[in-house]
Amino acid sequence: MTTYRFTCIVCPLGCSIEVEVENGKVKDVKGCRCPRGKEWAVQEVTNPKRVVMSVLPVEGGALPTVSVKTAEPVPKEKIPELMKFLANLKLKAPVKAGETVAEWEGIKIVATRGA
Amino acid sequence: MEPFPQIPMLSYDVVVIGGGPAGMAAAVRAKELGLNVLLLDENDYLGGILPQCIHPGFGLHYYKEELTGPEFASRLARKLVELGVEYKTAARVLEIKNYSDLEKVVIFTSPSGVYQVWAKAIIYAAGARERHAFEIGITGDRVAGIYTAGEAQMLMDIYGVLPGKEIVIVGSGDVGLIMARRFALEGAKVKAVIELMPYPGGLARNVMILRDFDIPLYLSHKVVEVRGKGRVERVKVVKVDENLNEIPGSEFWIEADTLIISAGLVPSVKKLKKIGVEIDPATGGPVVNDRLETSVPGIFVAGNSLLINDLVDYVAEQGELAAEGAKEFIEKGGIESKKWIKVEKGENVRLLAPHYLSGEGDVYLYLRVSKPMEDVELRVPEIGKKMRLPVVKPAEMLRIKLKAEEIKNTEKLTVEVVKA
Ligand SMILES: Cc1cc2nc3c(=O)[nH]c(=O)nc-3n(C[C@H](O)[C@H](O)[C@H](O)COP(=O)(O)OP(=O)(O)OC[C@H]3O[C@@H](n4cnc5c(N)ncnc54)[C@H](O)[C@@H]3O)c2cc1C
Repeated sequence: MTTYRFTCIVCPLGCSIEVEVENGKVKDVKGCRCPRGKEWAVQEVTNPKRVVMSVLPVEGGALPTVSVKTAEPVPKEKIPELMKFLANLKLKAPVKAGETVAEWEGIKIVATRGA
Repeated sequence: MEPFPQIPMLSYDVVVIGGGPAGMAAAVRAKELGLNVLLLDENDYLGGILPQCIHPGFGLHYYKEELTGPEFASRLARKLVELGVEYKTAARVLEIKNYSDLEKVVIFTSPSGVYQVWAKAIIYAAGARERHAFEIGITGDRVAGIYTAGEAQMLMDIYGVLPGKEIVIVGSGDVGLIMARRFALEGAKVKAVIELMPYPGGLARNVMILRDFDIPLYLSHKVVEVRGKGRVERVKVVKVDENLNEIPGSEFWIEADTLIISAGLVPSVKKLKKIGVEIDPATGGPVVNDRLETSVPGIFVAGNSLLINDLVDYVAEQGELAAEGAKEFIEKGGIESKKWIKVEKGENVRLLAPHYLSGEGDVYLYLRVSKPMEDVELRVPEIGKKMRLPVVKPAEMLRIKLKAEEIKNTEKLTVEVVKA
């Protein structure tokens, strides 16, 4: 059995949560004061996801890069693969903030700065 | 009176110095209130540090949705442009002069030359500066590869340049942690984050980054020396005891080509000091009243120049408040109060602003605790006000609202954070 310990980030209370996992299955969740925290903790050990941000080079813009983010959280273990995909992209100005500049495995990559 | 006849002259009700979120919010509000306003920023773009903070986590209170730094900045900038606020970028303020209450001069340089602006009020929103390696006692070789977190962030997230491959970060505040993630995402190896205190300095959601990328965090440790020929090659780390004294024999070296200093921000107030604005040693920013007016009448301050904020939402709120103060100052020729209520720091309160309240309106107090505590009450004993809080941390600024009718009959207020 493995025990994962972390601080909940769902709200500012910051509960110290312990999740016990056996054979890939969540056995017990301790320490959180609400169901949202529990749900988050379970997701954190079974399928953690993150919004990913980076910058892409842009030709002809006011600044040399445009910042981007994924439109939705990405499974954590896929992040290195996504970063490799982003490393090969180049954009041309004009780019508008909010514009989808690429798509990766169905996930939209959105510009957060204009150029 | 015109002491600089050779310099072209402009004239406005209010000049806002700094085009970050504090300055932009101030300029927008001033314009909405009917003031004739000019905003100046030395950068080529508006937004202050926000365009380089490309991570999400901005605007949950102010816009009720989670934005990245550039997104937050562009919303404010759009509003500014829609309202027709006059602004100049690449405009660096060199000097402020205070001739009398309604006669102030701001001198700035720009690509089209040097100008003097006469104004009745000034809103100072020039942000903060980062503490450098020498300020935290790091010795050794003068080598390339030492950056502040903000410098590294600008290199990476504005110019698209990775500053190094093997990184040691000093400081586990939000800025250091967020930079750790950016380095790791972009393929650099973050070898360690070194934190002087026995607890991490940042918000829990940011401390999680270290686990995401398996980055070691050394609590109660400090970097004391950097060595290298031309470029950083290794840094010396030593453990400290509970009084932050170095423990002899505990030192070790980490090989790295880059050292990032993320050891806190200091309000940037040099130009204010020069004209005699009183500074609070605890916040590092000016002593202010509830309209965010400094000890020099008609000079207002907002954002990180007032005190270091961790949430941009409060920064924008302060900008608006300063603009409202400027409006009142210009209309009435001064901020009126029959008596100023002094606000004092009680138990476990490290810093606090504003320092004086007029009692004539509702007010927000911003404060930070000195040490982390659980299950506490934030109290203002003179008026019997209490607020229960499950946890407080130095990293998280607290904000409490006091209503005009609660405070109008007091002479002094004390704010304390004590066990509930
Ligand atoms: C790395 C990092 C991460 C952060 N993460 C978050 C987060 O996730 N969520 C959140 O809410 N907040 C976050 N913050 C905090 C927030 O971004 C800041 O508190 C806020 O941007 C401060 O705004 P400001 O307007 O006071 O200063 P700034 O943004 O620093 O703007 C000051 C401006 O003044 C200009 N200026 C200075 N001197 C002069 C002069 N002499 N003449 C002309 N112009 C001048 C500067 O060029 C600058 O543009 C973060 C901050 C940092 C550094």
